[in-house]
Amino acid sequence: MSFFDLRLPLGWLFVVLGALIVCAGFGTQVTSEGMSLGWNVDFLWGAFMIGFGVVCLWLARRYAKKHGPSDVGNAGGDRS
Amino acid sequence: MKPIQLGLVDGAILVVYFAFVLGIGFVLKRHMRSSTDFFLSGRLIPTWVAGLAFLSANLGAQEVIGMAASGAKYGIMTSHFYWVGAIPAMVFVAVFMMPFYYGSKARSVPEYLKLRFDEKTRALNAMTFAVMTVFSSGISMYAMALLLNLILGWDFNVSVWLSAIIVLLYISLGGLTSAIYNEVMQFFLIVAGFAPLVFLGLRDVGGWSGLQMRLGEVATAQHFASGAFSYSWKFMGHAADNPMGVEWLAMLMGLGFVLSFGYWCTDFLVIQRAMAAHSMAAARRTPLVAAVPKMLFPFLVILPGMIAIALTQHSGASGFALPNKADGSLNYDLVIPMMLRHYFPSGILGLGLTALMASFMSGMAGNVTAFNTVWTYDIYQAYLRPKAHDSTLLWMGRAATVVGIVISVGAAYFAAHFNNIMDLLQLVFAFVNAPLFATFLLGMFWRRTTGHAAFTGLLSGILAAAIHHGLTQPIGAHTLIKGGWLGHVLRIYPSEMAQNFWTAIFAWTTCFAVTILVSLATTRKKSDTELAGLVWALTPHIAETETVWYKRPFMLGMFVLVLVLILNIIFW
Repeated sequence: MSFFDLRLPLGWLFVVLGALIVCAGFGTQVTSEGMSLGWNVDFLWGAFMIGFGVVCLWLARRYAKKHGPSDVGNAGGDRS
Repeated sequence: MKPIQLGLVDGAILVVYFAFVLGIGFVLKRHMRSSTDFFLSGRLIPTWVAGLAFLSANLGAQEVIGMAASGAKYGIMTSHFYWVGAIPAMVFVAVFMMPFYYGSKARSVPEYLKLRFDEKTRALNAMTFAVMTVFSSGISMYAMALLLNLILGWDFNVSVWLSAIIVLLYISLGGLTSAIYNEVMQFFLIVAGFAPLVFLGLRDVGGWSGLQMRLGEVATAQHFASGAFSYSWKFMGHAADNPMGVEWLAMLMGLGFVLSFGYWCTDFLVIQRAMAAHSMAAARRTPLVAAVPKMLFPFLVILPGMIAIALTQHSGASGFALPNKADGSLNYDLVIPMMLRHYFPSGILGLGLTALMASFMSGMAGNVTAFNTVWTYDIYQAYLRPKAHDSTLLWMGRAATVVGIVISVGAAYFAAHFNNIMDLLQLVFAFVNAPLFATFLLGMFWRRTTGHAAFTGLLSGILAAAIHHGLTQPIGAHTLIKGGWLGHVLRIYPSEMAQNFWTAIFAWTTCFAVTILVSLATTRKKSDTELAGLVWALTPHIAETETVWYKRPFMLGMFVLVLVLILNIIFW
C-alpha cells in the first residue's frame, strides 16, 4: 500500500494561493507609509509562492517518472 | 477593537485552503483498511513528512499566539524554549529513546509503559493523557473562536462548530495520515504567512540595530539593564536581573531538562508522528528533521513579539502599537493579529489569517488523533473489548474521533465560562509530564526499575508538584489557581514562569527518588527476556549502517546540537 505524494497537493495549494495573491496585488494601493511600507507585498510574495508551488510539483513529477506511480507513497523519503 | 474587513480574495484563500484540507481526507479514505492504517499511517510515512508533522503537531495556539506574546513580555529569553528546551530534548528522543518506542512495536506511549512495567502504570498514563488531549483540543478551539470573534467579528458558535466539523471530517476520513499530511501543509502555510510579517516588521523597526535600540528603551523603562530584552543569557545570573524572573539553574533544570524532555520525549501527541515513520532509521531521524526548522522558529514567532513591543515603546514610520486591555495593561496576545492587520493588505492578509487558523487546527487535530489512538488501543481494547476484531478497532477509531471532537466542543464552551481553565490545564500538564519523564528515564535505562515503583513514583511526583504549587505563589497572584491554596505560602517567586520551572523540578526529583527507593524495596516481576527491546542494557545496540553522515541519527544529532550552540552564542 502507498499514499499519494504530498508534494502534489502542496504544490497545487501554493500555486492557487499564490495566483490569488498576485491577482490581489494588481489592486493593492502602494503607499509610502503604513500598510506594507511602500512595497507591493502581494505581488512579490504571491509570485514567490507560485515559484515554490511549481518546484514542489516538479519534484513530485520527477520522482514519479523515476520510480513509477505505484511508489509515490515513499516520495521524498527513503526506505533505508 | 474594530473587526478586520476581509476582501473577496481573502475569503477565497480561506475557502481554497479548507477545500484542500478536506480533499486530502477524502482521497486518503480509500487507503484506510485496517486499524494500523488509521492509527499509525500503516507505518509508511517518509522521514521528511513525519519530521514536519512532528514539529507541526506542536504548532497550536500556544506556540503561535503564546510565543509572540512571550516575545513581547520577556524578549529574546523566550528563545530558551527552543534553544535550551526543545532542541536538546528532540535530539535525546531521536538518538536514545526512539529505538525503544519504535523497536518495541508498541502502538502508543501508554502501551510501551505496559510492556515495560505493568497495566496500572499504563492505565494511569492512558487516562490522564486522554483527558488532557480532549481538553487541550477544546481550549485550542475556544482560543481560535475567541480570536476570530475579536479580529474578524465572526460569531463564536459558528467558529467553534465550523472548526470542529472540518477537523472531524478530515480525521475520521483519513485518520493519522490525513492529520499528518495536513500538518505538513499547515507548516508551509504558517511559514509563508508569517515570514513576510517578520520582514515588514523588521523593516519598520529599523532592522536588527533599530530593534536592539528600541528594546533597550523597553528594558530601561521596566528598570532592567538596557540589554535585558535582546540578550538571551547575559542577564541570567540573578532572577531579578531579567524580565522572566528566572536564573540560569531554574532555566537549565526546570525548562531545559525536566519540562522540555518531559514533553518532547514522553508526550504521545508528538511521538505518534515518529512512530508512523516507515522504518526504525526514519523514526529516529524524524525528531532530528523537525529540530532544524524548529530552531529557526523563534525568528518567526518570537521576533514579531519583540518587534511589536519595541514599536509600541518607540513608534516607527508606520505608527504600529499594541492595544491595551481593559485594565490598562498591554494586550500581548494580540501581537500577531494586530501585526497582520497593520502590515498586510488584502490578499496576503487572507494568507496570514489562514496560517493563523491552520496553526489552531493542527493543534486540535494532533490532540484528537492522539486521543482516538490511546482510547482505542489503551482503554477500549485493553479493558473493554480485549478480543475486538481489527475492523471493530477501525470503527471505534472513527467513533472515538467523533466523541473526542464533541467533548472538545464541550470543553470549548466550558472554557468560555471559566477564565482560568487554560491556566489550570497548563498547570495539570506540568504536574503530569514532568514526573513522567523520570519514569521513562529510569524505565529505559535502569533494568532494576519495577512496575510498583514506576506507579508509586509517578503518583508521588504528581503529588509533589501539587504540594509545591499549593505552598508557593508568583508575585502579584490574585487567585488560588496561581498557587498558595494550602493556606500557607512558603515562597513568592518573581514570575509564574519561575514557579512553573521549580514545580517541575520538585515533581521530577520526587518521582526519580521514590521510583529508585521503591524499586530497591520491591521485586522485579519481568524477566530480562521480557525486557529485551525495552531497556537499554538488554537491547542490542543499533549499528548505524548508513553511508552518508546526515542519515546517521547520532551524527545528525551532533550536527543539530552544534547549530543550536552557535545560535546560543550569537544571541548570548
